[in-house]
Amino acid sequence: MNDMLIESWGLTKSYGRKIALDGVDLSIGRGKIIGLLGPNGSGKTTLIKILCGLLQPTSGTLAINGQSVGPETKAIISYLPDRMYFANWMRAVDLFDLFRDFYKDFDYEKAVAMCHSLGVEPRNRLKTMSKGTKEKVQLALVMARKAQLYLLDEPIAGVDPAARDFILRTILTNYNEEGTVLISTHLIADIEKVLDEAIFLKEGKIMLHETVDNIREQEGKSVDTLFREIFRAQPMEGGEF
Amino acid sequence: MEWKFTEDRPIWQQLSQQIARQILIGVYPPGSKLPPVRELAAQAGVNPNTMQRALAQLEQAGLAESNRTAGRLVTQDRGVIEAARRAEAQGIIRRYLESMNELGYSPEEAVALLKEEK
Repeated sequence: MNDMLIESWGLTKSYGRKIALDGVDLSIGRGKIIGLLGPNGSGKTTLIKILCGLLQPTSGTLAINGQSVGPETKAIISYLPDRMYFANWMRAVDLFDLFRDFYKDFDYEKAVAMCHSLGVEPRNRLKTMSKGTKEKVQLALVMARKAQLYLLDEPIAGVDPAARDFILRTILTNYNEEGTVLISTHLIADIEKVLDEAIFLKEGKIMLHETVDNIREQEGKSVDTLFREIFRAQPMEGGEF
Repeated sequence: MEWKFTEDRPIWQQLSQQIARQILIGVYPPGSKLPPVRELAAQAGVNPNTMQRALAQLEQAGLAESNRTAGRLVTQDRGVIEAARRAEAQGIIRRYLESMNELGYSPEEAVALLKEEK
């Protein structure tokens, strides 16, 4: 088994002339919860999509579990996309059936139990569910796998603050302990206390990759405060702050 | 219990302090079993690694000890708990005197005022 779960060197992705990721060198270990933090348009989703094989990098190399991206890495990655991609007529249990067929590590009973603890009736059709409820179903799908790497793209963006705590707790109590969880978000204050490490992404480059303890010890301030300081200089694009 | 975190210090230190407080006031009596790391982490809504570090700190301070079979136990040594309780009390007194000093009271005046407050 390799020491590092994810290693990348000079990972770059450009869309035409726009450079979304610019020479990203990453080294991510196992058994960690890591925040991928950055304002809108900083390259968070692009990085995650490259990790799970939905996008090809323009240049650079990437190894997950010592292998290049392919069927073997996809089998150990559980991915929560930033948007819903399921047909509306389906019920949550239909999705669970689908996932059971696709992934050896999917635990059907666990998914149903998670739905119940999140207050979702798994026999309901998706079209009857609110946006927040659909996100909970998606989370149950993703966390019910015993994966090595969980890639969660904005898992708490669409739900109210009370549900956020609940979702974070669900992630905390359900992830595979030997696995690593990578969570992208700009809601840092909500998520800071569950993180081992934080990665700050700015205009496609890594500005900082440090443990949360070290940030607090060395800077004497929270990750949220540091983030605001670093990104305050120029006005945010997208304006979610 | 209600967990509170401030901005300025690492979370594991704050967790460690708050669990220590629970031991001092007898929520976890001497020799009793502490909940498992995962359970405490879920309760506080923090990363299990962070909670692990907080508990390791308690062990280092002598307030808790790992037992191979029974998990993590609060120390039986009442002397250690009493000393920690005293240290905590002294911290509170120091903070009181500092605040009073800011208000312009000498330590003697602060003590006199404290005695009046019954």
